[in-house]
Amino acid sequence: MTPYLGAGPNRDQNRGTAIVRPGRPEREEKKLAQTQSGAAGLQSLPALLERNATEFADQPAYREKEFGIWQAWTWAQAAKEIEALALGLINLGVQEGDFIAIIGRNRPYLYWSMVAAQSVGAIPVPVYNDSAAEEMAYVLDHCGARYVIAEDQEQVDKVLDVQEQLHELKHVIYLDPRGMRKYDHHTLHQYSHVQEQGRAAYDEWITDLNERRGKLTYDSTCVMLYTSGTTGKPKGVVLSNRNVIESAKNSADFDGLTRNEDILSYLPMAWVGDFIFSIGQAYWCGFCVNCPESQDTMMTDLREIGPTYFFAPPRVFEGQLTSVMIRMEDAGNLKRKMFHHFLTHAKKVGGDILDGKPVGLLDRLKYKLGDILVYGPLKDTLGYGRIRVGYTAGEAIGPEIFDFYRSLGINLKQLYGQTEATVFITVQPDGEVRADTVGVPAPDVEIRIDDNGEIHYRSPGVFVEYYKNAESTASTKDPEGWVATGDAGFIEADSGHLRIIDRAKDVGKMASGAMFAPKYVENKLKFYPDILEAVLFGNGKDRCVAFINIDLTAVGNWAERNNIAYASYQELAGHPKVLESIRDHVEEVNKSVAADEMLSGCQVHRFVVLHKELDADDGEMTRTRKVRRRIVEDKFADIITALYDGSEQISTTTEVTYEDGRKGAISATLTIMDAKVAQVAPQQVAAE
Amino acid sequence: MEEGYVTEDGRKIGGVVMEMKNITLRFGGVVAIKDISFDIRQGEIRAIIGPNGAGKSSMLNVISGFYVPQEGQVFYQGKPRPQMRPYEVARQGIARTFQNIALFEGMSVLDNVMTGRLNYMKTGLFQQAWWKGKAEQEETENREVVEKVIDFLEIQHIRKTPVARLPYGLKKRVELARALAAEPSLLLLDEPMAGMNVEEKEDMSRFILDVNDEFGTTIALIEHDMGVVMDLSDRVVVMDYGKKIGDGTPDEVRNNQDVIDAYLGVAHD
Repeated sequence: MTPYLGAGPNRDQNRGTAIVRPGRPEREEKKLAQTQSGAAGLQSLPALLERNATEFADQPAYREKEFGIWQAWTWAQAAKEIEALALGLINLGVQEGDFIAIIGRNRPYLYWSMVAAQSVGAIPVPVYNDSAAEEMAYVLDHCGARYVIAEDQEQVDKVLDVQEQLHELKHVIYLDPRGMRKYDHHTLHQYSHVQEQGRAAYDEWITDLNERRGKLTYDSTCVMLYTSGTTGKPKGVVLSNRNVIESAKNSADFDGLTRNEDILSYLPMAWVGDFIFSIGQAYWCGFCVNCPESQDTMMTDLREIGPTYFFAPPRVFEGQLTSVMIRMEDAGNLKRKMFHHFLTHAKKVGGDILDGKPVGLLDRLKYKLGDILVYGPLKDTLGYGRIRVGYTAGEAIGPEIFDFYRSLGINLKQLYGQTEATVFITVQPDGEVRADTVGVPAPDVEIRIDDNGEIHYRSPGVFVEYYKNAESTASTKDPEGWVATGDAGFIEADSGHLRIIDRAKDVGKMASGAMFAPKYVENKLKFYPDILEAVLFGNGKDRCVAFINIDLTAVGNWAERNNIAYASYQELAGHPKVLESIRDHVEEVNKSVAADEMLSGCQVHRFVVLHKELDADDGEMTRTRKVRRRIVEDKFADIITALYDGSEQISTTTEVTYEDGRKGAISATLTIMDAKVAQVAPQQVAAE
Repeated sequence: MEEGYVTEDGRKIGGVVMEMKNITLRFGGVVAIKDISFDIRQGEIRAIIGPNGAGKSSMLNVISGFYVPQEGQVFYQGKPRPQMRPYEVARQGIARTFQNIALFEGMSVLDNVMTGRLNYMKTGLFQQAWWKGKAEQEETENREVVEKVIDFLEIQHIRKTPVARLPYGLKKRVELARALAAEPSLLLLDEPMAGMNVEEKEDMSRFILDVNDEFGTTIALIEHDMGVVMDLSDRVVVMDYGKKIGDGTPDEVRNNQDVIDAYLGVAHD
């Protein structure tokens, strides 16, 4: 399996045009051949499971660390477990077309639930396990979930809290019996009991189960995933087996994934990426899915597993880099010197070596030495000792961070995707990796840029519909199957790579008519380790202002080193020295923004360091940690006014929600900071 | 009540496990405990509360056998308990946590919790040093119990962390883990929530309830925070100046005039 989207001639043909069609003619044949093998029966997850259980029977399919030991299940065992659960579900009365909500952190049992649900003709709906009860109520009510499979007491409690709103709900199944003994068990069932009953009723239901499995086609619904809802209520994205399996197949071919991969599944199960990696690709390729012991042990488990294929949002890579740097500061002199010396060398040649570019022999030898002394041990400590392909997506990643990992020899790449596309829209091919683009169209994906800059795509992964929302479906997907991403971007003429500017609806115009693209500036700000989050305002105004959240880990460590005492996040965020250093960052960003002729109007004139972290519990962010711009704008309207009217300080009170749902308020007096703006030669706004 | 009772939430409480009869404890001229009697029943959560200096910790030390009262007698499982050394008490199935955390600071969480299993380990120094065979097998068996406790108290992420590096709330949890590793039939908790914030208190309360629910462990706890005690316990003993001023269900105790006076403060003669 070779990646077929190298620097092929076809892509160059499309240089400068708006539509990029990937794929060479010979590829078409290959694809047809594979589709036929799909026609031979591999058109659903249960079918793939059966193949894996036969062909890779003794290979590990799932591992989970529990009681300090990695417990493993082979494909044959997993198939047995899933079958028992499926029989148990039929026994409980699950009908074809029922929705089964699955709530919990990544555990093999819950992955089995999804496949078991499909086996009985039901539709699995994974739900974010950190949602508050009310958010959960909306999703469960919207899909009319009849059954819920929940991880533990915490999740069951949330469902029971809102059960009055859930008219369809019949049964709740829980995994972890701890603390559940006193509950009324009329409609509550323990997962293992459901499986036992399923095994006991094997003769009674097996024909029914086989019949239901037999009815699944390439167009049956595979899963329904709720979008995180940057705007408004979450929407239920219906994905068919075709969407999931084709996407998994194409992406696995693209990176040459095999059944020997090991992945660590730690990202929310309700997120499309996890579904594709831990189910789609895992079932297509037959590789092993490893689940961490708990949320907090992820880093240790990562190291123990040493995945060969890894996915993480930028914040994970950022966090790791920050902790490496902090720990190196505490290391002995010799170690520190060696670390910095070889890291400088890696920065110089590491990326080129990874990309297969020519590098001098001496440099290569020194890099080898560095690998023995520094890079190798470091990669091992981070858990990247065996990594072949790593991806980051979701947010822009800082170029320094990106280059750091690549220079160590970790093949970290970026991709751009959406739930509606079953993840893949563009991907970076090996050897063409850059921090500022998101790559070329993924296999079988066509891309078109509209006049207003919005990116559209068409692919086999394009979702079926938004559940019970024909209106949104029609406005997102046109009859020809083109989907609007809502992101603005352009295709670089010389490389054919896609560059994302911002959310299309966030891109605005300033009073002067200059382009306003907040994300562009915010990302530049966020690349500083002590800035966690930034929000830029200025649409329709004459200048831009910004909110900034400091990163408590980085700034806290800095404060400790500099003997700065602080009692709370709020106090640290308001410390004059912190404000000074943030101002320096803002001014540096202004300089770099000024250099971009299209966006030079977006320089930050004034800013404020917020007294609280923007948080999903307060509705200021989505569960996937994307800022909800409108809500932040409304909630902190008084601060924005102060930023524009020239005040020196602003006193404000903000409502906060604690993790258990109670509300409180914090008040603070914030100092407003002015930042120097770089001069821009007066010029006309570049016309597209 | 001899045959036990059923709590509001439907748990069946068994017969008397430990009984204090007319306990008086003096330190020189100071009378820490004055003629106190009460009992602890199988499977219940029994709290001892009272203002500062009421003699709560002294009482717990009497229960644990660390202090020997000058007057009165302690009955454990129906038999009068002779004076015992702490390790003998531990062998009787009593485990405890301390008000001022008493862990081995330099050791990892795992090793600390393993010490809770010492009573179950039979191999001697030389066997341990030789390691292969019996000692290894024994460690594996005990590690299994310890891992279940670690899982139960959700401290997997700090398994290998030295205790000294942990924040206070987690140290308390590790202490509870060590006590649980001993698989006690009676668990004594000395101010398990002292110095914790609201969230940590709620976590700890949940663990205490879960321990009682899951393993049926009888729990006697001392606590300062009235709210927590009233929510957690089945029966409460209230002490003030070494005397028992109330004993009953949280509701009964809450409406007891002496208790209200002790907490709100009235002039003592």
